[in-house]
Amino acid sequence: MGSREEQSADKTQSFAGQAVATRDAYGAALVELGKRNEKVVVLDADLSGSTKTAKFAKAFPERFFNMGISEQDMVGTAGGLSLAGKIPFASTFAIFETGRAWEQIRQTVCYSHLNVKLVATHSGLTVGEDGASHQALEDVALMRVLPGMTVIVPSDGFETQQVIDAVAEYEGPVYVRLGRAKVPAVMPPDYKFQIGRAHIFNLGKDANIIADGIMVSAALQARETLLKEGIDAGVINMCTIKPLDTETLLKAANASGLIVTAEEHSVIGGLGGAVAEYLSENHPVVVKRIGTRDTFGGSGKPDELLKIYGLTADDIVKTIKSTLSR
Amino acid sequence: MAVLTQSRDIAFLKEQARIVRVEILKMLTQSGSGHTGGSLSAADIATALYFYKMRHRPDNPKWEERDRFILSKGHAAPLLYTVLALTGYFDKSLLGTLRKAGSPLQGHPSSKLLQGVEVSTGSLGQGLSIANGMALGLQLDNSASRVYCLLGDGEIQEGQVWEAAMTAGHYALDNICAIVDLNELQIDGRCEDVMKVMPVSAKWKAFNWHIFEIDGHNMEEIVNALDEAERIKGKPSVILANTIKGKGVSFFEGKAEYHGLAPTKEELEKALKELGEDGK
Ligand SMILES: Cc1ncc(C[n+]2csc(CCOP(=O)(O)OP(=O)(O)O)c2C)c(N)n1
Ligand SMILES: [Mg+2]
Repeated sequence: MGSREEQSADKTQSFAGQAVATRDAYGAALVELGKRNEKVVVLDADLSGSTKTAKFAKAFPERFFNMGISEQDMVGTAGGLSLAGKIPFASTFAIFETGRAWEQIRQTVCYSHLNVKLVATHSGLTVGEDGASHQALEDVALMRVLPGMTVIVPSDGFETQQVIDAVAEYEGPVYVRLGRAKVPAVMPPDYKFQIGRAHIFNLGKDANIIADGIMVSAALQARETLLKEGIDAGVINMCTIKPLDTETLLKAANASGLIVTAEEHSVIGGLGGAVAEYLSENHPVVVKRIGTRDTFGGSGKPDELLKIYGLTADDIVKTIKSTLSR
Repeated sequence: MAVLTQSRDIAFLKEQARIVRVEILKMLTQSGSGHTGGSLSAADIATALYFYKMRHRPDNPKWEERDRFILSKGHAAPLLYTVLALTGYFDKSLLGTLRKAGSPLQGHPSSKLLQGVEVSTGSLGQGLSIANGMALGLQLDNSASRVYCLLGDGEIQEGQVWEAAMTAGHYALDNICAIVDLNELQIDGRCEDVMKVMPVSAKWKAFNWHIFEIDGHNMEEIVNALDEAERIKGKPSVILANTIKGKGVSFFEGKAEYHGLAPTKEELEKALKELGEDGK
């Protein structure tokens, strides 16, 4: 929330190749979407400056609804707007969106399969100094368990832009998980996002890293480090957690006997959980999960926290090396 | 470490409140992030509670007969940490670790990590329910302890607050005193513009609460209301405290931007001068 460096990049064109926070890409994408599609409406719960929906509010004040600090009411209202034929995007911090309003999401949004887009920012440890109360490490699990929910975790600004456009076209409930901190560009300029389709950077014959969000960049770094030591590790961006791209997952599991998942989330119930569940039933290989280990986050600088909680490229490298040498 | 001195003397309390503001600003600048506006707006109230009204023993934080304080607006953690340090719960030097990795002084209060914090907060709207539970439990034990709960005016937009207001009214929890910091601002701007929450006094009244409306920066009015609230029987009490966000530092006052911005070094210097701390 409101740090001085948070003045956002005011770009409306493509974010391909640009280091930018995914929430900034969201703010810009929403404005573009608002211009093209009059049905798009946006709701926020007193965090529009931080989630970047304030940009949409400025451009289309009559289609923006600040709900105040009342996340449950926001989700219910979004449900009603969708029933009135609108395409509501409802945003706040990830923990308040998925945690506070979970049962409203389950009952109102998912059970009726409403066309509501829940786009949350400030997920994971990289929230930083605000600490555990504000760091969602459970949100993917909370959303993934809901029947009919689509769950997407973009890795950079370019991908986020495309995700926002794609979910506006898609009919049904969607959860999109975004971050606070600036992230490097990882997706190639010719990349085309499709819901349910993972992106294979390359397949490795020793190991394959299945990552999402900020961990895609860490996975690519880990690959470079491992290559120098003669270890061939592949990297896959599993941007859609649900529905899981099981075809790509099987390709990876066929290419190597070791799968490593990496996410800025608890290893329980998120990407690692989804991958382990699928593979153990369909194609058992060794699966190692990188993520937080049944713990809350804490205050600190984002990079510092990623180190403390074992979510760096180094941690991926170590996991792969120690597993392969066994 | 500080030794607890409590007094009803207004001049004493005003001086403590000034020192509390000074320490809040210093720790925020050192941390480089944190919530300035809402810590300053409630500084006089928290000072009156910790330096006068509440029965508490900093050397024995779990003393059974203590009064309880719940910071429902958990982002005002710098304020809570400051009054805890200045009344002797821990050494003042710890204030410099605010929001640093591994510090017990987390961005939002953690009762697991810090003595004197009754319960972890930071997600708005949950404190009053907890206060109700404590109050019910204390009544079952025939305890004379009271429960104080500080809320923000943006925070009371949360539906849970009104569910809790109904509960306290229904169970006639006269050992509860809620305090609402009516500084008229939340993150996205004025409460009036973001989500009209006023009028509040009619709402609390409708849930069977006894109402006090005071100037939340007038120490005399604060201690009078706290004293009187203790004498109200058969109903919970709420103190609706009209305040100014950022109070005490002219260039932070009434500014929504300083909700979550820490003072820069230059701002700190100017602020300390305004608080009569230059040269120290
Ligand atoms: C459930 C929840 N939603 C959103 C937030 C983010 N948030 C932190 S402070 C704040 C504004 C609080 O305004 P107010 O209660 O008036 O506090 P004050 O003005 O006293 O600082 C918001 C929206 C939160 N902490 N918890
Ligand atoms: Mg306020």
